[in-house]
Amino acid sequence: MHVLSTLAQIGSGNLGMPPQASTYAADIDWTYAFTFWSCTVAFVIIMVAMIWFIWKYRHRPGYVQQGAPAHSTSLELFWSIIPTIIFLVIFYYGFTGFVDMATVPDYAYEIRVKSRKWSWDFVYPNGAVSSHLVVPKDTPVRLVLSSDDVIHSLFIPAFRTKKDVVPGRFNWTWFQAIANAPIRTEGVSADDKLLDKELGLDYFDLYCTEYCGTNHSMMRARVYVREPSVFQEWVTKQADILGTMPPAEGGKYLYTAKGCKQCHTVDGGAGNGPTWKDMFGYKQPLVGGGSVLADENYIRESILNPGAKLHEGYSNIMSSMQGNITEDEITAIIEYMKTLSDKGPKPMEAWPDAAETPAAAVE
Amino acid sequence: MTQVTDSHTDDHTGHAGHDDHEHHGPPHLAHHFETPEQQLSSAKLGMWVFLATEILMFGGLFCAYSVWRGNHPEVFAYAHTALNKDFGFINTIFLITSSFTMAWAVRTAQLGRTKATFILMGLTLLGGCGFLVVKTFEYKAKWDHHLFVGDLNEHHPDYVAPAEAAHGEADGDHGAVDEHATIEQTAADHGAADHGTSDASVEVAGETTGETAGEIVGGAERTSIALAPDGPAGVVADWMVAPVIAGETADAGHADDHAADGTDEHGAHGEAAADAGHADAHGGGHGDGHSVSKEIVPLKDRQKIHQFFQIYFLMTGLHTFHVLVGMGVIAWLMFCKVPKGIFGPGYYTPIDLVGLYWHLVDLIWIFLFPLLYLIH
Amino acid sequence: MSTTTPPITPPSSPHSPSSSGGGGGEVNYINATKGIKSWMFTVDHKRIGLMYMVGVMSAYGLGGLFAILLRSELWNPEPSFIGGAEAGTTEAMNNAWDFYNQAFTLHGAVMVFLFIIPAIPAILGNMVLPIMLGAKDVAFPRLNLLSFYFWVLGGLFFVWVLSKGIINSFYPGMIEIWGPGGLETGWTFYTPYSTTTQNSAVVAATFGAFILGFSSILTGLNFIATVHMLRPKGMGWFQLPLFLWALYATAIIQILATPVLAITLLLLIAEKTLGVGIFNPALGGDAVLYQHFFWFYSHPAVYIMILPALGIISEVVSVHSRKSIFGYKFIAISSLAIAFLGFLVWGHHMFTSGQSALTNAVFSLITFFVAVPSAIKTFNWIATMYKGDIRITTPFIYILFTIGLFTIGGLTGLFLGCLSTDIHFHDTYFVVAHFHYVMMGSTLFAFLAGVYHWFPKMFGKMYNVFWSNLGGIIAFIGFQLAFFIQFIAGSQGMPRRYASYPEHFEFYHQVSTVGAYTMGAGMIIVLLTWIVALRTGKKAPANPWGGNTLEWHTTSPPPTANFHAEPTAEEPYDYSGWKYVSPEEGWVQRTPEEREAARQQLGTGH
Repeated sequence: MHVLSTLAQIGSGNLGMPPQASTYAADIDWTYAFTFWSCTVAFVIIMVAMIWFIWKYRHRPGYVQQGAPAHSTSLELFWSIIPTIIFLVIFYYGFTGFVDMATVPDYAYEIRVKSRKWSWDFVYPNGAVSSHLVVPKDTPVRLVLSSDDVIHSLFIPAFRTKKDVVPGRFNWTWFQAIANAPIRTEGVSADDKLLDKELGLDYFDLYCTEYCGTNHSMMRARVYVREPSVFQEWVTKQADILGTMPPAEGGKYLYTAKGCKQCHTVDGGAGNGPTWKDMFGYKQPLVGGGSVLADENYIRESILNPGAKLHEGYSNIMSSMQGNITEDEITAIIEYMKTLSDKGPKPMEAWPDAAETPAAAVE
Repeated sequence: MTQVTDSHTDDHTGHAGHDDHEHHGPPHLAHHFETPEQQLSSAKLGMWVFLATEILMFGGLFCAYSVWRGNHPEVFAYAHTALNKDFGFINTIFLITSSFTMAWAVRTAQLGRTKATFILMGLTLLGGCGFLVVKTFEYKAKWDHHLFVGDLNEHHPDYVAPAEAAHGEADGDHGAVDEHATIEQTAADHGAADHGTSDASVEVAGETTGETAGEIVGGAERTSIALAPDGPAGVVADWMVAPVIAGETADAGHADDHAADGTDEHGAHGEAAADAGHADAHGGGHGDGHSVSKEIVPLKDRQKIHQFFQIYFLMTGLHTFHVLVGMGVIAWLMFCKVPKGIFGPGYYTPIDLVGLYWHLVDLIWIFLFPLLYLIH
Repeated sequence: MSTTTPPITPPSSPHSPSSSGGGGGEVNYINATKGIKSWMFTVDHKRIGLMYMVGVMSAYGLGGLFAILLRSELWNPEPSFIGGAEAGTTEAMNNAWDFYNQAFTLHGAVMVFLFIIPAIPAILGNMVLPIMLGAKDVAFPRLNLLSFYFWVLGGLFFVWVLSKGIINSFYPGMIEIWGPGGLETGWTFYTPYSTTTQNSAVVAATFGAFILGFSSILTGLNFIATVHMLRPKGMGWFQLPLFLWALYATAIIQILATPVLAITLLLLIAEKTLGVGIFNPALGGDAVLYQHFFWFYSHPAVYIMILPALGIISEVVSVHSRKSIFGYKFIAISSLAIAFLGFLVWGHHMFTSGQSALTNAVFSLITFFVAVPSAIKTFNWIATMYKGDIRITTPFIYILFTIGLFTIGGLTGLFLGCLSTDIHFHDTYFVVAHFHYVMMGSTLFAFLAGVYHWFPKMFGKMYNVFWSNLGGIIAFIGFQLAFFIQFIAGSQGMPRRYASYPEHFEFYHQVSTVGAYTMGAGMIIVLLTWIVALRTGKKAPANPWGGNTLEWHTTSPPPTANFHAEPTAEEPYDYSGWKYVSPEEGWVQRTPEEREAARQQLGTGH
């Protein structure tokens, strides 16, 4: 099955490239195809000549070697200059294609991308934050990238775009999505389905392509292309996402969306960070001796300043969430942690003032 | 295959033929060379190639220097005033002189004048020693004033002021002052004169900061000024003294940290506190001088000062290591080889090579001195 | 000694020339002296080459083991090597990902620093460079030995890092005592990841690489001095065998680029231990500066890996085609051109790092120019076969594989030099496949071809042709299986250094893993043929292939001083002076009359 579908994919005209979903993808694929066929021709010429010579001039009884010149300047210049010309043509197409990728229209819609080990935050102009990228169709989108810790790299194969996310500077890239992804049927876990009940399963892949540690290969996200009107609706609602659910459920949402999931388990299993199962309300042993009661203040402190009181058995690898999390989000996470623990008070049923708080948090 | 049994056979027994001490045929000729000239040329070529690698290695550091300087020119222009030009100048003289005696030693070795060679190499060695002694003073001063590399530099974000040791350290500083009093005083005078600033203003700066920095740190800030003689006194005093205040304020600020308040961010808090103390301190008596300095290096950049010191220590440290290696080789040749009288017109390769090396070490310093000490 | 002395004395033991003959009767560099010390303190370039061979091949085995392990983890997206964790938990995933990250890093670091860079220059270069020059040794024999011990020391650092990692995984308490072990930064040590990670022994590993750099520099320095100073009379620069041109160009890169790596690693170590902020943006440093420093060395280092391989291709193609190399000067100068241009293209590793469009364009353009000399070489090799008298021997078969792999590797480089397509392919399996074709396919197969070419000279023994060919063919098929499909996976967007991956890549990975196992099997056969040949191989003639470079003018294996009589330099690729007699005697020199007749027949009177 796989073999057939793979072969079909390779033979289907775009030479194994992913679907073309951005304005410049077709141009890049054209350059790719041009290079591909140039190389194929060159490869065939070299291999056929080599094998033919070996066959024709192989040592065998009765074969008598004839003399041949040891060099021919004109011939050598010929096969120096012809490849050079082809190379320059490829360079030209690559360069012009790259200029298109590097020239962003002034009116592009801007999305801030914050990354850390090992999750992405996409921040929209109205303050909405999501862990998956949703973009309006047929609209230029400029991504402004920043990293809290090490170098990451944002790669969306369907858009042919890639840019390193370097700490200490802003990098950017842009694209204009022209097509939506086909709906997936395989490779979607139940957990993820829950998260994306709003968005569905028609997404492109987004990868981190710069090695960044243990969960580098898990640092993936999804890219949804939506009609501008649908997008507008979504981004407005997303700005207010916590308001649409009870705090604990919001905390559960944030657990995945903020990437807590990459290191903390909720089932008592081991991870890069301490598990949240039965954490709230229990005394936690600290590195260097002593212990601390995991109450609201401890959890808040550990989110904003993870190294302050380090849990026994773990190293200080978490980046501070300072600036990447609101007080309401912290509250939601604390409420979620309460549901995971058999000690401590019951979680809040609803936001204290459901009408205002989340909106205020988002501003 | 055994027909040849002439005197050369010995050269090929086992691998002894490679030994320089074989005296069959021309002395010191390894078995795979045909003539001493070929051997000398090979050795020289090898040495030049090696020197090329050395230059490229330092080239990497010079490259890093350019990049950092390009990124923060004002910090570099500012922080380099903490280096003592006079020390640098004395060291330059030491190295150039020793380079000269080394070249002379090569010549006397070629002429086979063993005693002269020995003395000249000894002088070279002395030059190296002088260089190291001065360098030690310089490094010691930087260490005492928390201007070392990495988090041992008080401008480094991870720097932790040695809180409980503060007092003891001040005592230590006193010791340092006494020890180097003369050099420092000369340097201070020199710097002040250079910039047309009177001794009095140095004094004023010292006093002002003395008042504001509080009584706890007694004489420490005075040393700071004395050690930074090159800039206008006010400028120097400002940022050189800042650490003292920062350290002092940090006592309070960091005490918070240790008291497990924990919500503040280390560097920012400490810096802010330091700045506050600072502004207060200089808002009073000495406004003009300090406001100039603030323009030169805004607070947020002041913590980048540690970058200047890290490039300074990396470059001079690697260079000093090379000086040490060179001195080791010179000493070995001088004490173990030269007295045997084996060098002469026919064989002087080791002296020649170590000379080349020593000149390179000298040359690198000739670049380091202006880049780090002189240019603004 | 003067040049008019009688022929150079054959080597002898310290006691007497006849006492050390052993079973073979003839005194050569292997049996000239006995005892472990005679090897450990030897300054004979051939013995040093052999010691390198043992060490480097062990490193290759280690690197290969890591390759097999990481390909096994990639068999499916699920965590496989989960240690003691319960399947399905986050702990299991973390264990598996950490394991994979260690495996791919150590695979890369060991293969690059301990295997590919020293493989051809240090083993084959040491072995034949002085002999090809008609010299008795390299210019600085003791430095050569020092270089070997630097290599050993650097290797020990990696062994230390590795052992620490293994012991820590069994006794986690040891981390408290001696810190983390293993290495999981990627062989490139990119900052700020490498300077901030707490999970591995970065300092020990980088210090090991630093020391290996000295080994590389000393070898290069030695080769340059040797080629300059020890050429025999009558051998001008353009009578130099092409393998030596390649080694010479390589040596230039080694001495010019490696110091930059040394200082880069020193800065990295300073950053890690002293906390200086050179590359860490949090301390005001510049993360991309590290990449510039690193690739300023490591891109030329790619040519350190491939240039000697191209030199071997030139030698083997010419000798086994019985025809003078086509376009000697173009090939020789293209080696230097590659070495020179190789210094100007490092920025093409950073097209996506955010450097300016102009910078990208310049680096891209120069990258295309560096492809031209490689193209010239390839065409010249093919032209050399034209009207040859081709003997399809074991080295020749390996060289055909090499040319095929190098062509694919070189051509796919165009996709990566091209700006717009590189944005898509950068850091995907396309890149992985590309550099494995060039560095692994070409260099490894050329190295094996070189070993099979010079094996009779090195050891005086012949190997089993059938098994040697079979091992090569299996390894070649395995290689193609493992890596060709990675081009497709990469163009689909499969990122490199991924311990897990979306399910639709599973097929590619499984093919690749099967290929890796196949290749491993082929390599085991190859190594066995060497061992068997050493033990029971037939005695090799002095000149089994009819080569005319000077190493074929002495006995197999050569005496310690390389030649029994001072050799005279000849045109290296003029084969008219040799005629084939029998497998036992190989090729013997023709009389001048016979030679003249052979030339007449070829129509190439000189």
